[in-house]
Amino acid sequence: MLETIDTSMIDWSRAQFALTAIYHWLFVPLTLGLAVIMATMETLYVRTGNEFWKRTAKFWMKLFGINFAIGVATGLILEFQFGTNWSNYSWFVGDIFGAPLAIEGILAFFMEATFVAVMFFGWHKVSKGFHLASTWLTGLGATISAWWILVANSWMQYPVGMEFNPETMRNEMVDFMAVAFSPVAVVKFFHTVLSSWMLGAAFVIGVSAWYLIRKREKEFALASMKVAAAVGLFAALVTAATGDKSAYQVAQVQPMKLAAMEALYEGGTHEPLTVVGSIKIPEMLSFLATHNTAGYVPGINNLLEGGYTLPDGSTALSADEKMVNGKKAITALADFRRAKEEGDEASMQIARSALKEYMPYFGYGYIQDKEDLVPHVGLLFWSFRVMVGLGMYFILFFLVILLLVWKKRLAEFNWLHWISLWSIPLAYIASQAGWIVAEMGRQPWTIQDLLPVNAAVSKLETGSVQTTFFIFLIMFTVLLIAEIGIMVKAIRKGPDEK
Amino acid sequence: MDSTYIFLQHYWWFLVSLLGALLVFLLFVQGGNSLLYCLGRTEEERTLLVNSTGRKWEFTFTTLVTFGGAFFASFPLFYSTSFGGAYWLWMIILFSFVLQAVSYEFQSKLGNWLGKRTYQFFLVLNGIVGPLLLGAAVATFFNGSNFVVSKGNLTDEMMPVISHWGNRWHGLDAFADPWNLILGFAILFLARLLGNLYFINNIRHEALNARFRRQLIADAVPFLVFFLAFVIRTLLKDGFAVNPETGQIVMEPFKYFHNFMAMPYLLVLFLLGVVGVLYGLGKSIFCKTYPRGIWFAGVGTVLTVLALLLVVGYNHTAYYPSTADLQSSLTIANSCSSQFTLKTMAYVSILVPFVLAYIIYAWRAIDRKPLTMEEIKEDEHSY
Repeated sequence: MLETIDTSMIDWSRAQFALTAIYHWLFVPLTLGLAVIMATMETLYVRTGNEFWKRTAKFWMKLFGINFAIGVATGLILEFQFGTNWSNYSWFVGDIFGAPLAIEGILAFFMEATFVAVMFFGWHKVSKGFHLASTWLTGLGATISAWWILVANSWMQYPVGMEFNPETMRNEMVDFMAVAFSPVAVVKFFHTVLSSWMLGAAFVIGVSAWYLIRKREKEFALASMKVAAAVGLFAALVTAATGDKSAYQVAQVQPMKLAAMEALYEGGTHEPLTVVGSIKIPEMLSFLATHNTAGYVPGINNLLEGGYTLPDGSTALSADEKMVNGKKAITALADFRRAKEEGDEASMQIARSALKEYMPYFGYGYIQDKEDLVPHVGLLFWSFRVMVGLGMYFILFFLVILLLVWKKRLAEFNWLHWISLWSIPLAYIASQAGWIVAEMGRQPWTIQDLLPVNAAVSKLETGSVQTTFFIFLIMFTVLLIAEIGIMVKAIRKGPDEK
Repeated sequence: MDSTYIFLQHYWWFLVSLLGALLVFLLFVQGGNSLLYCLGRTEEERTLLVNSTGRKWEFTFTTLVTFGGAFFASFPLFYSTSFGGAYWLWMIILFSFVLQAVSYEFQSKLGNWLGKRTYQFFLVLNGIVGPLLLGAAVATFFNGSNFVVSKGNLTDEMMPVISHWGNRWHGLDAFADPWNLILGFAILFLARLLGNLYFINNIRHEALNARFRRQLIADAVPFLVFFLAFVIRTLLKDGFAVNPETGQIVMEPFKYFHNFMAMPYLLVLFLLGVVGVLYGLGKSIFCKTYPRGIWFAGVGTVLTVLALLLVVGYNHTAYYPSTADLQSSLTIANSCSSQFTLKTMAYVSILVPFVLAYIIYAWRAIDRKPLTMEEIKEDEHSY
């Protein structure tokens, strides 16, 4: 009997990765965002000598600490999950993918772990300058960590700097700089980190607004909102700019993701951008995707059927043709192995050149049904709109807050304080929606065009993965509820009096 | 094979082993936590203990993560075969560390609805499960695991997974071999010894200090029994040797003993390590005011574990042997990354001394004075 991989096991493995990633991402953006805000506050303390800023910084540090612990806890699983649940992936691209994870550990995690301890326990033990440096280094460590993990993620979306080696049966890195400074990684880094600053700023403003609603800690709240709104507006603008760049890159390297984000089945030139329903901006999609209002944007059906002209002048292959080519690549690899075993140099050479020719389609060889190549359109379409819509909202939000800070009238508008408070969950929704677009849009690939999910998993029983899925679900949910409870108490208590 | 490539494989095996050795030393956090209720009779005493390990746990955690990342980057076939195969063994280890990671920060905070005792239970749980299972996992490097690697599967479109575990226990089968458990217990008792020695160094509290030293004796005896049993048996047993010409794996009588003889510097390292542990331990037991045992025992632990991991990887030895299919066994040569990746990562590793330097600098800055109850009461970030 032919052995096949249980598709429900693949789905559970995906669900588990998605679950752990979503939970981890509840905590990371606040870590990144709060780090820069509290470090700014401590800088104000060191520069002015005003104890008020120290007290303010310390309050946000306390919330940072609660959030940091659970972020660390949920992050551990993500790294090891590549091995436990995606073992074939780990072998197939471990030569490239392992490096950023190792560098992240060596350069970033130790920096975070070391200086977060000084930040929390060092107030009476080290000099003011050393303490301030430690606070910044904690944030820098978190940010460097973000760089390397986003390099790793970008490589999954846009694999570069490697070659397939049939001798070892895996992809091997040939250009480290191409991996570490891939244009997709650079844009993704700024988009992700700056949007996290936005979330941190929205959190600080929302919590501060709650104090204003409760008519307490007024001075503290207004000062916090001032710093946060400045950070937030800057971050929101950079997020929007890098978002635009990101969309352009997606159009080039993951056209199917873009088509699904737009629910565009039949593409064309002069494509309008759908806002929602029948509201469209003429020629906008063509402009975003090609930087030309007349540019051709392929839709889902075009991508499956092929036949249109690519920017380099060649004709796009259909999904069926790509799948045939992928199978040819896999057959060439099998031929290569057989020839090698038999010591048949001539056949090895033939197989090697066939493999080279069809390697760009290698992953398509594992695709059983071309419909699998289309990601979930509804989810992507709406996640994308939620993300962009909220991104726009936050630009306006931070602008209004900053304007009122400048006019010294921020304390007057009670309705705005309520809006600020309710903007906290909106920031989280925007942030998660962004990752849903990025990761669900990558389906069915773990690595774009190179390895689909069904060829990347570990060989486990569905029951094992289901069990760990529910353990994670229960464990992380309980810990999340605990975290929120502690966070709310700490906020209610407010900053220390002294 | 290119001699540079061979050097890089050895260099990376050394780095991974060093990280593993540092991790075992840093398990003093877990060892200390496993003793939480043995040593801390009152709430106040337990608070002191938790705050003491609570200032170091992130180093252990980070070392675990970095150990994983470095193993992934340098020996990806191990990463895919062991983590994907011995699924449950690794998952249980990870679950325990997840619970530990939040337990410090959350336990004494207002609004923690799980209650302080639950979090302290998590600490104790991780304190026992972490070292025991990590020890058992490392023991499989000597005793073998039940897996098959067939890279040819990649050309099977329906079933392309290359590493398969040979049974449905997915790593829990490690417990069927008592020698894996014996190393597990040796590591657990070692972690408890180191935890005690760390407390002696880090805490000033009269009643506790006397208890630390009594507990040392209680843990030293089982540690020595388990450790010596494992080491003697390992030296006498057949080992997994690899023929450097053909890559064939064969069983070789007294392989690990031969490795020590072939690499006498490792024997020196190993003996120095053991002496270090025993000296740190003995002096702390017999000299009631001596606080620095942790440093001798800590350095000793690092040297001992390093020597053992190098013995299992160097001198043409399969470091992750398969009992299901001998030829699937992993060696540093057949499981490593490409020469390019190992070389690139070697450049990155030049930064490691800088990382160590700032860790030591920062650690000294906040540990200049031992921890006291007064300090915890004053410090608003205490756990």
